[in-house]
Parts: sequence; C-alpha cells; structure tokens
Amino acid sequence: MTDATSQSGPVLAADGTPLKKSLARALRLQKTRALMLIAPLLVFVMVSFIFPIAKMLFKSVENEIVVETLPLTVAELQNWNAESGALPDEALYAAFVADMVVAIDAKRHTRLGTRLNYEHTGMSSLFRKSGRKIKKLDPAADGPFKEKLIDIDKKWGDVTTWAVIKTHSVKITNGYFLNAIDMQRTPEGAQAQPEDKRILIKLFQRTLFMSLMITVSCILLGYPVAWLLANLPARTANILMILVLLPFWTSLLVRTSAWKVMLQQQGVINEVLVWIGLVADDARLVMINNQFGTIVAMTHILLPFMILPMYSVMQTIQPTYLRAAKSMGATNWTAFWRVYFPLSVPGIGAGSILVFILAIGYYITPEIVGGTKGVFISNRIAYHISSSLNWGLAAALGTILLGVVLLLYWCYDKIVGIDNVKLG
Amino acid sequence: MADSASNDAFVEFDRVQKSYDGETLVVKDLNLSLPRGEFLTMLGPSGSGKTTCLMMLAGFETATHGDIRLGGTSINNIPPHKRGIGMVFQNYALFPHMTIAENLSFPLEVRKMGKSVREEKIKRALDMVEMGAFGGRRPAQLSGGQQQRIALARALVFEPELVLMDEPLGALDKQLREKMQFEITNLAHNLGITTVYVTHDQTEALTMSDRVAVFDDGRIQQLDPPDTLYENPQNSFVAQFIGENNTLEGVVKEINNGIAIVELDDGELIDCKPVHESVKPGARTRVSIRPERVEYNKDRIQEGAHTLKAEVKEFIYMGDIFRTRLSVAGNDEFVIKTRNAPDVERLTPGQQIEIGWLPDDCRALDA
Ligand SMILES: Nc1ncnc2c1ncn2[C@@H]1O[C@H](COP(=O)(O)OP(=O)(O)OP(=O)(O)O)[C@@H](O)[C@H]1O
Ligand SMILES: [Mg+2]
Repeated sequence: MTDATSQSGPVLAADGTPLKKSLARALRLQKTRALMLIAPLLVFVMVSFIFPIAKMLFKSVENEIVVETLPLTVAELQNWNAESGALPDEALYAAFVADMVVAIDAKRHTRLGTRLNYEHTGMSSLFRKSGRKIKKLDPAADGPFKEKLIDIDKKWGDVTTWAVIKTHSVKITNGYFLNAIDMQRTPEGAQAQPEDKRILIKLFQRTLFMSLMITVSCILLGYPVAWLLANLPARTANILMILVLLPFWTSLLVRTSAWKVMLQQQGVINEVLVWIGLVADDARLVMINNQFGTIVAMTHILLPFMILPMYSVMQTIQPTYLRAAKSMGATNWTAFWRVYFPLSVPGIGAGSILVFILAIGYYITPEIVGGTKGVFISNRIAYHISSSLNWGLAAALGTILLGVVLLLYWCYDKIVGIDNVKLG
Repeated sequence: MADSASNDAFVEFDRVQKSYDGETLVVKDLNLSLPRGEFLTMLGPSGSGKTTCLMMLAGFETATHGDIRLGGTSINNIPPHKRGIGMVFQNYALFPHMTIAENLSFPLEVRKMGKSVREEKIKRALDMVEMGAFGGRRPAQLSGGQQQRIALARALVFEPELVLMDEPLGALDKQLREKMQFEITNLAHNLGITTVYVTHDQTEALTMSDRVAVFDDGRIQQLDPPDTLYENPQNSFVAQFIGENNTLEGVVKEINNGIAIVELDDGELIDCKPVHESVKPGARTRVSIRPERVEYNKDRIQEGAHTLKAEVKEFIYMGDIFRTRLSVAGNDEFVIKTRNAPDVERLTPGQQIEIGWLPDDCRALDA
C-alpha cells in the first residue's frame, strides 16, 4: 500500500505494465466487438447517405468538363488576355478545332455547350450548330481556321465567347456558388448578376423568413395543445393524442390538397365568408398561391413535430412545482410564467429546431400551394435538378442551405445551449 | 377530543369529506381544530388520506363536503395563493431551473418586496438551516438532506403563520432525520408557527408533536398528546400502530367497579381496564398490554398485579434491555421488555415463568 502511493510515475498493474495500457488492452476487445456489431449499419449509412451527400456537395465546385473536353484550347487560352479586347490568334483556333473534332467524335461537345450555357445564354446552340460543321474539317490539313470558324458562326469572332470559355476553364470553380448568391464569374473577377436575374438571395431570405413564421405559429398553436396533452386525464389525453397524430396517417399530398380546397377563392373559407356577408363576392380573399397559403399549410403539417417534443418535456414537469409556487403566493399566471414556462423551454427548443430545419428544406407543400410568391429555395433546387439540369448550381444552393442550418444551430447552441434541448 | 366549536381555533376542519372518484370516500367525516402555534402531526398508514387533508387545507383539492376554516374564514373563499400557507412537499419541489437563492427569493418577489429586504430575509433563512454558503447552487447539486433544509427554508422565508409539511424527512438517513426533527420542532416553536406535519413514522410523530392525529381509513382514530396516545390508546388500531403492543383476544364476562373481567380464548380469566365503548358483557374484545409494563421478577411484580403462567420462547440481549418472547394464553408472539439491571434474571428458552401486570396497564379495546 505505502509503496504504491510513494511511487512517482504511472500506476502499474500486477504484471508491471502501466495500468492505463493494460486497461486499454482490456477494453480493446470489447470495442472491437461493438464495432463489429454496428459495422453493417455503419457501411449502410456511409454508402447510402454520407457518400452521396459528399458527392453532391462536391458537384457544387467541380468543373472538369471544360478542361477535359478542350485540353489544348485551355492551354492556349493561358496566353490570351481577354481584357486586351483583341481576338485570340490562329494557334488557339487551331487548338480549338483539334479539341472539337475529338469531342464531336465522342459526342461530348453538346454537354460542354449546355454547361457553358448556364453562364452565358446562346452557348448551347452555338456548340450544337458549329459542331455539325467543324466535324467536316480536318485539323491537320484545313488550316488556317480563324476565318473559317468566324464564317461558321460569327460568335467565334466575339471576344466574349472566348472570355466565357477562359473564365470557366478552371477545374475547381466558385462559379456555382457565385451564381447561388446572385453573382457571376467574369474575367474581371466576381460581379453581381444583372438586376433582372437576381432572385436567389431573395428566395433564401424568403425561405428563412417563412420558416421562422411557420416555427413561431407552430409554437403558438402547439404550446396549448401540448399543455392539454400533458395535463388532461389519461383517457381524454389519449384521444387528443390520436387527433394530433392523425395527420401522420394521412398522405402529405392529401393534406396539402385539402388546404387548396379550403383556401382557394372558390374554396370553403371564402364561400363561408361570402355567405355570412363578411366578404364581398367580388373581393374574395386571396389565401393561396402566396406566402399566406404556404405558411398556413406548412404550419398544419409540421405542428405534430412541435407538439410531440413539447409534450414529452411537459410530461416530466411535476404538478407539485406549480402547487409549490402557488402555496408561496404566486398567482396562476406568475406560477406559469416563472416556473412552468422556463421548465418547458427545452421542449420548445427541441420542437423549434425540428420544425425550422424541416421547414427550411420543405418542397412539396410550397410547390402545391405556394404559387410563385410562396415557393422556397428547395423548389428552386428541385427545378435545377430535374428541369434545367444545372446540378452544380443545385448543389451549391444545397450546400448554402446546409451551411445556414448549421450556422443557426450553432447560434442556437450559443444562446440557448444544446443541452437544454430535450426530445423526450 | 376535537373541539370543533372553539372560537380560538386557527385551523378548523368541520365534518369534512373527500372523494376523488365519486365512489369511495378517502376522507370520512374529519373534525379537527388546532390553535395558533400548535405542532400537530398527522400519523397513519399509507393511503389513509393524510396528503389529501393537507392538499385540501392548502387549497389544491376541494372538500367534497364540509367546511375548512382558516382563522375563522371558510377556505373556499380564499384562493391558494392568498392563504399564506408555507408548504414543504413530500418530494421538496424545489424549482430546478433556479438557484437556491432564487428559489427562496420567489415567494418574496411575488409579494413585491424590495431587493435589499429580500436579500436580508434570504440570508436569514439560509443561516437558519445552516445552508448560508449554498445560495448560488442549483437544487440538483445538493444532497437530499440539504434539499430538504432548503425546502424548509423556502416554506418559512416569507414568514407564514401556518406551515404544512408532507413527510419532509422521508428520504433521509436515520441520523440526519433525527437532527432535522429536532431542528424543525425548535424552529416551529421559536417562530411560533402553527404546523401541520404528516408522517407515517410513529417515533417521529411522538418526538416532535404537541398533538398527534392518528389516521386510518379516512378518519381520525385518536387525537391526543403523544404520551396519552401511547399510554391510553382508545382503540386497538391505535394501540397496534403506536409503539409495540401485545394483544390477547377474549370475551368480556362482566364489568365491576370499572374493572372488566375478560375470559381469554384459552379459558384464562384476567382483569382489565375497559376503555373502548364496545366493551360490554358478552362482547368480544382485544386486550392490549405494553411490553415494558409486564414483569417477571417476583420482587418486582407489584401488589394487586394480575399474574399468569408463561413459557419462554426466545430471549434476546439488547444491551440496555432484554427482549423476551413468550407464549402466553395461546399467543406465541407475546413480547416483554425488561430493563437490564443486576438483579434481573436472564431467561432460557423453554423455561416456565410467571409474569404479572397491573390491571390498569391492561386495556380492553374493540375487537
Ligand atoms: N388524485 C387522486 N385521484 C384519485 N385518488 C387519489 C388521488 N390522490 C390520492 N388518492 C387516493 O386517496 C387515498 C389517500 O391518499 P393520500 O395521498 O391522501 O394518502 P397518504 O395518507 O398521504 O398516504 P402516504 O403515506 O402513502 O403518502 C389513497 O387511496 C389514494 O389512492
Ligand atoms: Mg402522502
């Protein structure tokens, strides 16, 4: 005993190895076994979740298509200065034709056209149309090409065309991100988009604002319901709980469409208001295809996600706290505000995070009831993924959205403390 | 007993009944009046309605029938927060999101007291329970006993006239419990607070209270000072519940000059003091004798004592006392306690002895 304490240095196990080491060894087997058990899940999550997301995020900066399709041209473009205002020289045109002939063989030139068209309209048709004619040229014999190309399409004699190719010839680009915040990549560096093309920042702001409105309405509507759930006698509370969960058992589309029926100008609410005489027949309220409609429908759809965490926190608040407060002289309101409410804040926090994060990425409901004025950034992302096929921009928008969510989460942690969030 | 008509009563239960479900009465016909400054304990087995009574008094449950008066005014007319009743809950109910100081400050804030007054009172209350250094901590950072003391301080900090405590010492170990029992009674008496204290620990009830109300089955079985309760139990429930007790069953033969002659089930005749009203010739009765009132040393058996044969079953040396289990009149669980003294004989199991007690110590109660 005495020599163990008088010894300086690490504590030794019975066989003389340091205690830490032998503990680690003892735990290693356990840890390996635990890892083996979760390995299938880990692999599944990696393959089906982490990996695709990472790949998608990478798409927001990846831009190898220009270099891959036009390697010689890109090398020559290094010697050309777009600001000089002069057209590139013959060597570049020759290199371009050589590149194009290879690309046309592999049918890659139209894809490049589509890619460049995101940055500058007209590029797609330029590449498609010129492709047919360049195909007939022989890069070894038919030179010089400068005049011929300008003959094929006079855009090849435009400095802008070459400037666009040069600006977007980097392998890793910030172009998509600049587009996502209403800017563009130009030879002179990043610049704002023309006025009429700036819509994304506005969409981001609208998405944030509306998500916030939805979260607030969910808190206001959900709090009393959660309180009732936690405080009613068990049988009544169960019935109420079923009502709260009922929406989960109904298809999302059905619920959203139901709001359409309710809110449209010939819909239930307007008919009733007109019938009562509160609203004139020719001045029916516009409650759908705008922000109001989206907020109403989404509040309804996300409400259970607010109520459930609130309820589970409220359930743990003992009624004796309120009784204690009242016995000390607090009125019902003071007892609620000073004791019950602070204790229920973790539930509000959890519900808010859940609802806000769900809302910020919501897609179907704004698509159906949002019209043009009530759509979210996610509708724009969906558009770029499925219609315009500009996946790079979609990925950049998605990345920014993810960043915003993480940032808000971080702020929330700083202000409220994530330990204060309870889901149950 | 309960003198419900007295005018100086501070708290008064007048024929109060309470039912939660409309089918069974949890409290049946409760009459109780307690003067200012009294320390009254409600003692009773689990589920006997003690907490319910306290909750009705504090205003968190309403009486189904009857009237509860506080300082002469019917309590139905005073909302809970205006009753000025300090309360210590069974589970302390300290607000977990507030520090100790904030917890104590709460009743003062709702009374709109100024900051300096509050600080002064909080300090005094914390010093009173010797917790002065803990003001900045959260309840979760305190031990059970410390939380208990804070709960007490919080109930007293706004100087209520009436304090209700619901098994406040239930979670504490024996030593702390005894210390707190002492502290609570001292505080209550020094501050002149009227206290209603709930417990199901009879020692606690006996040591702390001015009077004890023994609850069972929604009724007060007996309401008396501790010594009366122990020495003169009015019915067999109280006799069984308070302290150790020996019971012999039999039939009352006759009653003469305040002495009942009871024929025990094995035919033995003994003299008893008839206590319960049901003790009449021909009725069955339970006879109650306290273990320490039975003697077996020939010299100590007093004049006029009733003697009986007994067989020693077990003899336990407990230091200050000897505890002997005997077989008496067919009852194998008859226990006697004898103080350890040089002249007391130590018994061996199987030994035949003669025991004796005074008829006054042998009480004929209800069957
Ligand atoms: N809110 C309630 N609803 C229905 N029945 C109740 C309620 N509270 C208590 N009871 C019933 O009333 C009876 C008395 O309960 P009470 O809490 O007063 O007992 P107690 O004497 O305080 O017991 P303990 O010593 O265990 O605390 C019990 O049978 C209990 O089941
Ligand atoms: Mg109780």
